[in-house]
Amino acid sequence: MAEPQAEPSADLAIEVRGLNLWYGTFQALFEVDLDIEAGNVTALIGPSGCGKSTLLRSCNRIVERLGYVSTTGTIRVLGHDIHAGTASPIQVRRHVGMVFQRPNPLPLSIRDNVLFAQRLHAAHGPSRADQDAAVEQALREVLLWDRVKDRLHHRATGLSLEEQQKLCIARLLPTKPAVLLMDEPCSALDPAATAAVEDLIWSLRGRYSILIVTHNMAQARRASDQCVFMLMGRVVEHSATEQMFVAPQRQETADYIEGRFG
Amino acid sequence: MTAVRTVPTDGFATTSRERRALTVQHAARLLFLLVALLLLAPVLCILAVLVVEGAPGLSLDFFLTKPRDNGAAGGIATALVGTIWLTMGALVLALPLGVAAAIYLSEYARDNWLTRTIQVAIVNLAGVPSIVHALFGVGAFVYFLGFGKSILAASCTLAVMTLPVVIVSTREALQAVPKAFREACWNMGATRWQTIWHIVLPNSGGGILTGLILVVSRAVGETAPIMFTGAVFLRALYPSSVFDKTMALSLHLFNVSTQVTNVPRHVPFAVALTLIMVVLAMNAIAITFRMRLRGRKKW
Ligand SMILES: Nc1ncnc2c1ncn2[C@@H]1O[C@H](COP(=O)(O)OP(=O)(O)OP(=O)(O)O)[C@@H](O)[C@H]1O
Ligand SMILES: [Mg+2]
Repeated sequence: MAEPQAEPSADLAIEVRGLNLWYGTFQALFEVDLDIEAGNVTALIGPSGCGKSTLLRSCNRIVERLGYVSTTGTIRVLGHDIHAGTASPIQVRRHVGMVFQRPNPLPLSIRDNVLFAQRLHAAHGPSRADQDAAVEQALREVLLWDRVKDRLHHRATGLSLEEQQKLCIARLLPTKPAVLLMDEPCSALDPAATAAVEDLIWSLRGRYSILIVTHNMAQARRASDQCVFMLMGRVVEHSATEQMFVAPQRQETADYIEGRFG
Repeated sequence: MTAVRTVPTDGFATTSRERRALTVQHAARLLFLLVALLLLAPVLCILAVLVVEGAPGLSLDFFLTKPRDNGAAGGIATALVGTIWLTMGALVLALPLGVAAAIYLSEYARDNWLTRTIQVAIVNLAGVPSIVHALFGVGAFVYFLGFGKSILAASCTLAVMTLPVVIVSTREALQAVPKAFREACWNMGATRWQTIWHIVLPNSGGGILTGLILVVSRAVGETAPIMFTGAVFLRALYPSSVFDKTMALSLHLFNVSTQVTNVPRHVPFAVALTLIMVVLAMNAIAITFRMRLRGRKKW
């Protein structure tokens, strides 16, 4: 399905070209071009309502569920067009995981939460041993294994918010996603939990490409490689985090970072 | 800047105006309490009369023997069994249809004219008098579909009548499942149906059960919808298939209290007491279920 001139690049986790998005008649994204490098943590910042969540939700095609959304432009994940005729939204969502602002574990056991997505996609359930291994691996990856290994059959909704949010990350991992999208994953957490989840995100860097929305400038600065600033549905500036915070190229970026608006 | 402080000379003593307001407030409270208590009176009176007059007539024999003498003697066995047939029939028909419709409305329907039309239809269906349902049942099930006067036709009529209850209570139960769960599922690549099957339905079972019990309690008590479609005053046999006619408790009550002359005084009361006990028991179970579920937040 690749067009001749667009050379898919394996170094790019997400490649957005000329993306416009309308909620009904209201245009939320304007000509967005964006390259998210594989294996990096990219922070997405900008004032409320500028389209950060919309952009994130476009990348796993969940916006389509609303029914009144129309888009133009292309989005490639690891070089593959997610809107190609052969691409199914379900496969896209399997490879592009989403973490939400409020931790939303399912009302199932911890174990079933981790295995939920895998079970949806497997024709026949993997063997018990494989499942156990997948659960352990996923929970170890999010640094939760030691804390919950004795209560895997407890309800996930009884965990602390921090543990819930880590579990919400863990449950994406068994389907081997390439990209993790996170929409303000720490904003419902207290400072200690925020730090813990931030550390976790940083530790996932390299194995996964992470695009994270945050309103917390300190967090963006501490825990990202690249930084993208959006304003009114457009990408205004995209550069290495260091550079963006030290020497922003655009006046709007500087104003926003220094808290002069937003 | 100087801080502004005004301390009243007599501290915080009440004024006469406030005292009057308080008196009015107490009077109002008393008045509303009385009105609320007044509502209890008819319920308690009905129950008291039924128990006092009917309880002596109740016995195991009363439930287990067939009526004789047009209902003047014997028990209510055939009517009881007939009511069970009718109610189960209504349940088997109304529950799957109602739950399916509720799932559609809650999980699939977009907000468009079709959905709104269906909503209006449901509200109106709930408001249709039962005698109109009865006539519809005669036309649609007895004649048009050719079921004849039978348990099947009567159960269908009851099912149509109770559908709105099932739909509304099921939909409420489905909507009570937080949106965040659905989002989590969809974002993991679950289809709508997988989400419904694995998450939404298992967490709304209580609400669906409540709907079920409400259907039973309504179907047990109704008379009009069944008397033209399948229930008869007297039948010596137990039903053996859904194409039989049958006796039913509610119609039997109507019969022994108004149509037959030589009935002992306690018999109608005993039948009424049986009927109301079944209905109250069903409602009690439904209410308990609701409270249990509300009390036990699972998320
Ligand atoms: N489901 C929707 N239907 C219609 N308009 C929407 C919808 N979701 C978002 N919008 C509009 O699109 C614009 C961008 O919204 P979006 O949620 O992407 O902003 P955001 O940058 O994530 O803001 P925040 O920082 O507050 O989360 C806003 O003007 C919003 O009102
Ligand atoms: Mg947002």
